[in-house]
Amino acid sequence: MLSEQIQVKINRELKKYPADQKQSAVMAALRFVQDEKGWISDDDMAEIATYLGMAPMAVYEVATFYHMYNLKPMGKHTITVCTNLSCTLCGAGDTVAYLNAKLGIGFNEVTADGKFGLREGECMGACIDAPLFTISNKKLCGRLTPEKIDEILAELSKS
Amino acid sequence: MINIEIDGKLVETERGSTVMDAAHHAGVYIPHFCYHKKLSIAANCRMCLVEIEKAPKPMPACATPAAEGMKVRTHSEMAVKAQQGVMEFLLINHPLDCPICDQGGECQLQDLAVGYGGGASRYKEEKRIVMHKDIGALVSTEEMSRCIQCTRCVRFGQEIAGVMELGMAFRGEHAEIMSFVNSSVDSELSGNMIDLCPVGALTSKPFRYTARSWELSRRRSVSPHDGLGANLAVQVKDNKVMRVVPIENEGINECWISDKDRFSYEGLNSPERLTKPMLKQDGKWIEVDWQAALEYVANGLRQVAGSAGAEQIAALATPNSTAEELYLLQKLMRGIGSGNVDFRLRQSDFSADGKQAGATWLGMPVAEINTRDRFLIVGSFLRKDHPLLAARIRQAVKKGAQVNIIHSSDDDLLMPLANKAIVAPDALVDALSRVANDIAAKRNEGIAGSLASGERVVVLLGNFAQQHPQAAQLHILAQQIAAAANGKFGFLGEAANSVGAHLAGAVPFGNSKQGMNAAQMLASPRKAYVLLNVEPELDMHDPQRAISVMQAADMVVAMSAYKHRATEYADVLLPIAPFTETSGTFVNTEGSVQSFRGAVKPLGEARPAWKVLRVLGNLLNVSGFDYDSSEAVRDEVLPGTNVSDKLNNHISGVALQATTGSNQGLQRVSDVPIYFADAIVRRASALQKTRDAATPCVAMHSGELNKLGVKSGDTVKVSQGSASVRLTVQANDRMPMQTARVAAGHPATAALGAMFGTIAVERA
Repeated sequence: MLSEQIQVKINRELKKYPADQKQSAVMAALRFVQDEKGWISDDDMAEIATYLGMAPMAVYEVATFYHMYNLKPMGKHTITVCTNLSCTLCGAGDTVAYLNAKLGIGFNEVTADGKFGLREGECMGACIDAPLFTISNKKLCGRLTPEKIDEILAELSKS
Repeated sequence: MINIEIDGKLVETERGSTVMDAAHHAGVYIPHFCYHKKLSIAANCRMCLVEIEKAPKPMPACATPAAEGMKVRTHSEMAVKAQQGVMEFLLINHPLDCPICDQGGECQLQDLAVGYGGGASRYKEEKRIVMHKDIGALVSTEEMSRCIQCTRCVRFGQEIAGVMELGMAFRGEHAEIMSFVNSSVDSELSGNMIDLCPVGALTSKPFRYTARSWELSRRRSVSPHDGLGANLAVQVKDNKVMRVVPIENEGINECWISDKDRFSYEGLNSPERLTKPMLKQDGKWIEVDWQAALEYVANGLRQVAGSAGAEQIAALATPNSTAEELYLLQKLMRGIGSGNVDFRLRQSDFSADGKQAGATWLGMPVAEINTRDRFLIVGSFLRKDHPLLAARIRQAVKKGAQVNIIHSSDDDLLMPLANKAIVAPDALVDALSRVANDIAAKRNEGIAGSLASGERVVVLLGNFAQQHPQAAQLHILAQQIAAAANGKFGFLGEAANSVGAHLAGAVPFGNSKQGMNAAQMLASPRKAYVLLNVEPELDMHDPQRAISVMQAADMVVAMSAYKHRATEYADVLLPIAPFTETSGTFVNTEGSVQSFRGAVKPLGEARPAWKVLRVLGNLLNVSGFDYDSSEAVRDEVLPGTNVSDKLNNHISGVALQATTGSNQGLQRVSDVPIYFADAIVRRASALQKTRDAATPCVAMHSGELNKLGVKSGDTVKVSQGSASVRLTVQANDRMPMQTARVAAGHPATAALGAMFGTIAVERA
């Protein structure tokens, strides 16, 4: 079952759309689930589908289309590195290699302590700060260097 | 209307139509994959790019609205270059496995690649691979790498079937067509996705690798499975039916057929087929020749008629027999002096017999369903009993029609409902009369309000209403409601030839020689029975009674395409030809007379039933049995093939009775599962592996389960009359209280009694 808090949030979202267009709230609903649990399971998608009166497959389409949705547990902090053109030209490849070495994981993997997960992302629309990554889709960190990455990871490790 | 120019031709087209529509009218072909006239516009394959004057780039013809004075060039240098470019992209990831692809020879991609593709590929890198998925027993997705992401299958599910079972997950180069967490595709219309798929990504699982499309010859036929009479192309190789696909008929099946129509052909090649006449001698079945079998039947019937009277002989036929067969059967029976002939095997209320003005029918052409704006559907498992009529109603709903349901089970019809009254079977009449009263009193709320607000109302009686013990009461109430709402009134025909059987006179009334109806023939057992296609334990209203009566009869003649349970009680089995092996005629629920020829030769020594009946007529010296073709029979029973003056749903002389509805016990609600409705589909192996063919459960409201102290998944003992069976119970809050849904027409429930009435469920 979707938790009460999530239902309250979805209901608030639903007010923005016509009553017969409930599925418009699907992206928000997926986000609420991920914010609460860290990832979205197939059961969660089926429940969202029932809640919004849409086909489970339609929810799945949305959840797999956007890279921000985690379809499996991705650690406490999910680091999503942009590997699109601008970032790659500015050294995203090095960022990824550094993270791989530092965390000991590849893309779509989670560190043994469950703290960090690494994902490959698409353009975040902030090419001016390339190369960059986001932390759990909430915080954007740009102009990355090994030193800066160390700093960020150290900060995150504390929490 | 606006004028546009396509390739120099002036074309008149409707305002709001697309360039593709206009080109179609003008007879100009524009290559396309994702565009389909019955589906919404996706414009994602880009194959239909054309040059439009003053547009700076090529435009997709399927998604570009035609505008006055527009000049379109479909074969200009710009257009052809764009089309060739798109084709090159489409072929980048498409495997070159045409030689082993089932779609080869009937593949749109293959055809268009000839016209627009390069002779060699410039793409040297690795092609992407899409893993196969299992989406059920009917549609194969073994080669999803062939998919070009046109999304026709997805749109078909959303728009026609009413349920989105397939979708496109992931994106860009990783996009894949799949179902949600490997669930199966259970729509009763799913096979149409195979036809829609322009490449070989979705193929027919039963047909896979059994023939190449160019080896097959196509024969026109008509579906024997439901009242619609869908037009079929039966495809044949080496005198064997290899597959069935639709023939487009906009007025009947559009370009679709249901899975039952498409995959039931496997039953035609079933090992249970009866291929030789058989006689029971000293308790053993022996194969005999036709001469001996028919003489045995003739002598037997003559003896019963001579010693006990002809009224001791009864004939039962299924309504999916052809009009010719049914006509000859009743002519034979009446010729030897018995009026005991009936095809309404699952009906239980015959009080309207002789009071009807004509044969009951849909009350309007099938295509008119799409234009109705208010529906009242009484007693129908709509989706499963009439898959394509349900799809038409779904289209009407999309245009704003309201659907109201009065039924004993709240099945998901995959369309929004305006109002519904879900009541126990004995309260059905009451629920309907309340609507009638509301309309008469102009109380504009609920169902009455919905009907009153419409301009084109229709009231439809489904199979459940026709099988109901108070069918005549439902009939007259529905008639009153339709009249009061100034709407149409129709019957959703139960089987392929429900109308044709009436017209053929295969009923015990309306003829100088009257007789017993199907229920009476069981209530007061006869000495001899002639069964045409009937499997009494599966096709009759009360299988328990039917079997005991058959077992007690002196003589049972079973004319069937299959060796079935008749071996327990019959004296002679006559192998007759199913619809693909005989010529014949079905009159569908709208009254269209559709004749067809045999697609293949009868299997073994099976013979068309009309020929068997003709010989029996001659042997029994009944006059007028000298037909030299089935067409001669048809011309006698359906002269001129226009039957509209014989179709009439009006009844008079049936009094409305005050309803009781005081039943305290548990009442049975019976559906006939879609893949058990007739003899052929029961033996279609792929369909039998689908979810709709699962062994029936007892479905009851969770409140009723609590009373019994059982939970979903438990085994319970279900009893009716003298017999009981053990079935799994399932909580289903869509059932009204005081009901238990137990399917009829299935071997697991064949020991039980009548389809309606009290039923006992207890802990096993």
